[in-house]
Amino acid sequence: MTKKDTTYSINKEVIEEKEYSTLNLGPTHPATHGIFQNVLKMDGEIIHDAVPTIGYIHRAFEKLAERRPYAQITPITDRLNYCSSPINNMGWYMTVEKLLGAKIPKRAEYHRVIIMELSRIADHIICNSVIGVDTGAMTGFLYIFQWREKIYEIFEEICGARLTTNIGRIGGFDNEWKKAAWDKIHAFIAEFPKALKEFSNLLERNKIFMDRTINCGPISAERALAYSFVGPNLRAAGVDYDVRVMNPYSSYEDFTFTVPVGTQGDTYDRFMVRQHEMWQSLSIIEQAIKKMPEGPMHADLPDFFLPPKEQVYNNMEALIYHFKIVMGETDIPKGEVYHCVEGGNGELGFYLISDGGRTPFRLHFRRPCFIYYQAYPEMIKGIMLSDAILTMSSMNVIAGELDA
Amino acid sequence: MELLNKVHEKLKEHFHGDIESAELLYDYPVFTIQKDRIHDVLKFLKEDEELNFHFLTDLCGMQTADEKQLGVIYHLHNMPKNYRIRLKTFFDINKPEVATATDLWPAANWMERETYDFFGVRFKGHPNLKRILNVDEMDIFPLRKEYPLEDQTRVDKKDEMFGR
Repeated sequence: MTKKDTTYSINKEVIEEKEYSTLNLGPTHPATHGIFQNVLKMDGEIIHDAVPTIGYIHRAFEKLAERRPYAQITPITDRLNYCSSPINNMGWYMTVEKLLGAKIPKRAEYHRVIIMELSRIADHIICNSVIGVDTGAMTGFLYIFQWREKIYEIFEEICGARLTTNIGRIGGFDNEWKKAAWDKIHAFIAEFPKALKEFSNLLERNKIFMDRTINCGPISAERALAYSFVGPNLRAAGVDYDVRVMNPYSSYEDFTFTVPVGTQGDTYDRFMVRQHEMWQSLSIIEQAIKKMPEGPMHADLPDFFLPPKEQVYNNMEALIYHFKIVMGETDIPKGEVYHCVEGGNGELGFYLISDGGRTPFRLHFRRPCFIYYQAYPEMIKGIMLSDAILTMSSMNVIAGELDA
Repeated sequence: MELLNKVHEKLKEHFHGDIESAELLYDYPVFTIQKDRIHDVLKFLKEDEELNFHFLTDLCGMQTADEKQLGVIYHLHNMPKNYRIRLKTFFDINKPEVATATDLWPAANWMERETYDFFGVRFKGHPNLKRILNVDEMDIFPLRKEYPLEDQTRVDKKDEMFGR
């Protein structure tokens, strides 16, 4: 055992050894909004270092997908970013359609745009209102959260489910949307701007909120690109990358909208980018309703599209197709595609390799959360614990997407 | 097609003989690169002034159909010009080693850990190569085809009638 020299001469500088305390933030902590664990090395209340542990809700989606027919993979995609599952569904359908080379009618594409923008609003409502809660402003959350509920009611009218929607089919939609759904959409468009304006008034120019969020957890554009940030988080750092503009899919080129961009990449900018995106989404929905073309709701893909029930009972071909689809007996051409859509958190990619069988040979999800969450330790270095919580909620890390 | 030729010309100039194939799959130019040179190619593509693939969109692993090889797939993106390409590299499953890309993109860190976790690809030079989504005690690499999803002793799912 070595004895420490405890005698100091007066001239000798006293060197204190700094001791850090270790704090386990998570895995289940109400402030982390999901199952994330961070082992923090703390200097008082300042974070010195953080080690994230992830994988608590890993469900082996990529392995599961290798045993499932294509239509049955849609419910898996629901559970990636469960705050905006219709976007994941549509992204998956478009990937398969790209592989098949299917041409989707404009009407179905416009419907897809409406449903995707609605779920983008739902996603951003969750993220932004929770930023408010984490700064101590519960009011905004209570006011705006009922509008997310109204969006879920619209989903319910269209497909019967609310959170894990499984909306639509490969090739389009199963049915025309009911009148009840349209009524709810029209009511939403008419009334939501008022609620969103109210929410903006509560927070956007609120001195307390601004003091709390400006310069909290910033990231520069260079670092954000190096960490492969996408979506609102990258745009908050000042890079105007949006998949909807860069690689338009599902007729996004038909609509005019602006891509809001921040400058500093801090929590306030991320909040503001999402806030403005909600207005843009509303405008896109309005344009889509106004320009809605006539035509069928689905492409001519009998291999994937359940035939109408009365034909199944009276027509042999329809019965065969019905059986084949339900049993997952349709072969897919050989090929490999990568398709990406602008999800709630940015570029959500599907990399699909098909060997010509009934199930994918390999399916990889490019999950934006998983890729940008690794910048979190760097972003919270040197800031307070309470700001770290705020940074995490403003990055909108969704456990389902993180862990797949 | 234009992009494919452009990148191919550039690569041929500097890495003649290391490009195993170049093709256009749907809208993506795809290059298969020799595994010893993959890091040099990535570095070249990132730093070349004209191509400048500065953004690593995705990195993932795969296993070939004959189950003898593993592969790593890189999706690169040049945002201002909107160029997207895919690079692939394959190596023997018994010696799954490839150079890391973490020195080029910090984003590759977790994606390479994920690839290691599921396929057992060892990335040389990776700062912290350990499992990320699965438990640390796991001793298999679950996405390899040798580990079937379901218990293969089950007979109730065998369905000769429909040729599964």
